[in-house]
Amino acid sequence: MTEKEILSLTAVGLGKKIKSKEVTVLEAVKAVLGQIRSMEPDLNSFVTVDEAFALSQAEAVQKKIDAGELTGPLAGVPVAIKDNICIKDMRTTCSSNILSDFVPTYTAQAVENLIEAGAIIIGKTNMDEFAMGSTTETSAFGPTKNPWNLEYVPGGSSGGSCTAVASGECFYALGSDTGGSIRQPASYCGVTGLKPTYGTISRYGLIAYGSSLDQIGPVAKDVTDCAAILEVLASHDKKDSTSVDRKDNHFMEALTEDVKGLRVGIPADYLGEGLNEEVKEAVLKAAKILEEKGAVVETFDLGRVKYAIPAYYVIASAEASSNLSRFDGVKYGYRAKEYEGLHGMYKKSRSEGFGAEVKRRIMLGSFVLSSGYYDAYYIKALKTKALIKKSFDEAFAKYDVILGPTAPTTAPKLNESLSDSLKMYLGDIYTISVNLAGLPGLSIPFGTDHKGLPIGLQLIGDCFQEKSILRAGYALEGEHGYTMPELALKAINGREEK
Amino acid sequence: MSKQYETVIGLEVHVELATKTKIFCSCSTEFGGAPNTHTCPVCTGMPGSLPVLNKQVVEYALAVGLAANCEINQYCKFDRKNYFYPDNPQNYQISQLYLPICHDGYVEIDTPSGKKKIGIHEIHMEEDAGKLIHDEWEDCSLVDFNRSGVPLIEIVSEPDMRSGEEVIAYLEKLRLIIQYLGASDCKLQEGSMRADVNLSIREAGAKEFGTRTEMKNLNSFKAIARAIEGEKKRQIELIEEGKLITQETRRWDDNKESSYAMRSKEDAKDYRYFPDPDLPPVLISDEWISSIKERQPELRTEKMARYQEDFSLSEYDADIITASKHIADIFEAVTEICNKPKEAANWLMVEGMRLLKEHEMEPENMCFSPENLAKLIQLVDNGTINRTVGKEVFERIFADNVNPEQYVEEKGLKVVNDEGQLREAIQGIIDANPQSVEDYHNGKEKAMGFLVGQTMRAMKGKADPASVNRIVKELLG
Repeated sequence: MTEKEILSLTAVGLGKKIKSKEVTVLEAVKAVLGQIRSMEPDLNSFVTVDEAFALSQAEAVQKKIDAGELTGPLAGVPVAIKDNICIKDMRTTCSSNILSDFVPTYTAQAVENLIEAGAIIIGKTNMDEFAMGSTTETSAFGPTKNPWNLEYVPGGSSGGSCTAVASGECFYALGSDTGGSIRQPASYCGVTGLKPTYGTISRYGLIAYGSSLDQIGPVAKDVTDCAAILEVLASHDKKDSTSVDRKDNHFMEALTEDVKGLRVGIPADYLGEGLNEEVKEAVLKAAKILEEKGAVVETFDLGRVKYAIPAYYVIASAEASSNLSRFDGVKYGYRAKEYEGLHGMYKKSRSEGFGAEVKRRIMLGSFVLSSGYYDAYYIKALKTKALIKKSFDEAFAKYDVILGPTAPTTAPKLNESLSDSLKMYLGDIYTISVNLAGLPGLSIPFGTDHKGLPIGLQLIGDCFQEKSILRAGYALEGEHGYTMPELALKAINGREEK
Repeated sequence: MSKQYETVIGLEVHVELATKTKIFCSCSTEFGGAPNTHTCPVCTGMPGSLPVLNKQVVEYALAVGLAANCEINQYCKFDRKNYFYPDNPQNYQISQLYLPICHDGYVEIDTPSGKKKIGIHEIHMEEDAGKLIHDEWEDCSLVDFNRSGVPLIEIVSEPDMRSGEEVIAYLEKLRLIIQYLGASDCKLQEGSMRADVNLSIREAGAKEFGTRTEMKNLNSFKAIARAIEGEKKRQIELIEEGKLITQETRRWDDNKESSYAMRSKEDAKDYRYFPDPDLPPVLISDEWISSIKERQPELRTEKMARYQEDFSLSEYDADIITASKHIADIFEAVTEICNKPKEAANWLMVEGMRLLKEHEMEPENMCFSPENLAKLIQLVDNGTINRTVGKEVFERIFADNVNPEQYVEEKGLKVVNDEGQLREAIQGIIDANPQSVEDYHNGKEKAMGFLVGQTMRAMKGKADPASVNRIVKELLG
């Protein structure tokens, strides 16, 4: 197969070709490495690319496939890992100066699961520093650009993972989602991203931002890939006390076109003020398609939506202020060169090591946990969280799936968002409540706007009901689905001409 | 001193639990490994690592709480206590603030004016920190994380104690309970039990509490008693001078027998406690509590009663033997082997206690094997050696855990029962001491004792005293 044919495959598609010996693992790895070399000067999707490691894995995995030891759908398929997920002996930075030279001594359970399934790890993807941001502009290693238009952001915080998948720099990627960090960039980049139910994928080895909200998830070209990857990632891990022992992990079974009788609710609150017209049209169009396929669709009032953002920023920042206190220059990571005394070392190392957005959230989080403010902010936010969960519980008594937009708009331009943090925070309005309620959420590409930028749809399910949203997503993606950005196609063609 | 003052004392006691592994990871809790050898990503605070609760910690905390008559929070949670210090790898300590596992209990102590209940405000579980080692030579500090994550319980008393004696009685009671439960060895010197003293002074009869100080760095019961005396005096002097007490934490220097202020309330830290999102709440079922209750080992009062009942020990003896769980364990093991409880108790109480005192040792450090004491008891009982020689042998057992049978054999300490040999020796003594013989015949009974003593000496203590007495009398006519 030509490089172009290989790179146009989905992860599951490539797995099949490798199994049938139409493509070797090495060819697949070389194809993505070629694409990375072409695209990286423009995109900056990666913080670390480990070619030597990728090539050595390719050889080892090919042998296992040939020996019949690896038979899963993802055996031999190259993957990129968000740079806040630990891999032993591979630099893991969280896109922060404070961890710029940090090399973990152990591998995250999610990555262990992938390795066991025969994944080839290509490298670590760029992100907003410590996953704090919605644009991948807060990275200490420069912003990642949107492959559909380099003047636009890819979204964030898993921006690097989403651009890498969109542009063929890998076949799928791992992201993490605390308030929409998988779904929103997936939507901006025209790929499919899934945030599973809290507790489905082990957080062991995921460098924590907001521990009660963080969840690893797949970024892929389509719903089938997401289901296949989730089957590998979902596992009960005794090393993570919040990990859930789920009995039914056969997510691929949900991939039938059958949505007859599926009860779909569209929150009227999600279609109001602030929503871009083109995005709204896409949601309504999707509703119509589902209806035509036999689903029962209606709008309803979810309620309490506007409280999600303040509650989220209080809870996530509070947890982050504590989670990030371990980065102090004592044990690993950045230490200021000159300082006076212990407190001087702490202050200087952290002041120099963290970026502005991280500092803002640490201060916010420290404030809401301070004595005298704890009840007014933190406890109130927890109560709000419980109420939001209640709203969803009521909704899922009536519906199997909630349909809506992933983000209010398509991707904004670079340098637009950071100057107005509040506006950036408001961009997470549809994704954040899903994390607060611990629910699964899926973003699928659904056409483009007049600027040619991808629009994303979000499907939200009740806890442990990934199958419902995968089923609905699978039924919808036939309409639009994944296409490769022009820029990525050009890069491939350019190499083939040579 | 014109006015009468009352001292009000509450204690915060930290106890290192005797689990094999740490509270949130499977690293060993063993004391004294090479630095940073009992560590993993969790207890060194590596990014991405997560805590998993050791169930045994909950069980020990429950056992102590139940023994101290506490209420149990059947829905309890862990909270993070945030503060920066290099011995604390995450820069937060996982502890319990809002819903500690046990609360509102008491232990009863004996005071000169009768029994008194000391209230337990709460007991909570938490992790210990690592250790900083300051290298003066290299002018740097190093961290050893071996102790990081070792499980602790903190037992917070109510301010119910009124004197140093009550504090010591409370601590001894607490230590005994915990040792009997096997939840900790409670060694103050090694730091497996640590006490901070909160103390305030008020005029006798006053209802309000005075301003309190917290005293840290107390490494022995003696240091605690001295620190309480010192702090009481310091505070009364300030009050008499019309000065105010500052609410502060003070560090006791036992060598100088004085304390100095570490930090005052004004610069007290805000620990920004909040529930640890990595650890789900601990749900403690009624069944779990009753299974702990069922497994609860015999405590001291029960043991005392049993010793009097089953072994016919006096209350006094039972009290002394059970004052240390360790001694009680040795006593039971020895009795089990030789079935001579009275003898076992006597050896431990008289010779054992004497040697402990002589060597300034704690009962926990008595480390010979019960088999050897049992053998000694049998040797004395069947007349192989006499009691005097037995004492010598006990000292050897106490010091080096020698096998008494072997020792007696090697040193030739067996009682001489050969009548001929005894007669010969005694005749020799009589011949050599004509003056004493004359004294005896003149009615001086003491002379007889002298001759017996001389004989025992000549026999190196190995003669049976009764036989010697009989033969001396006979030969003197």
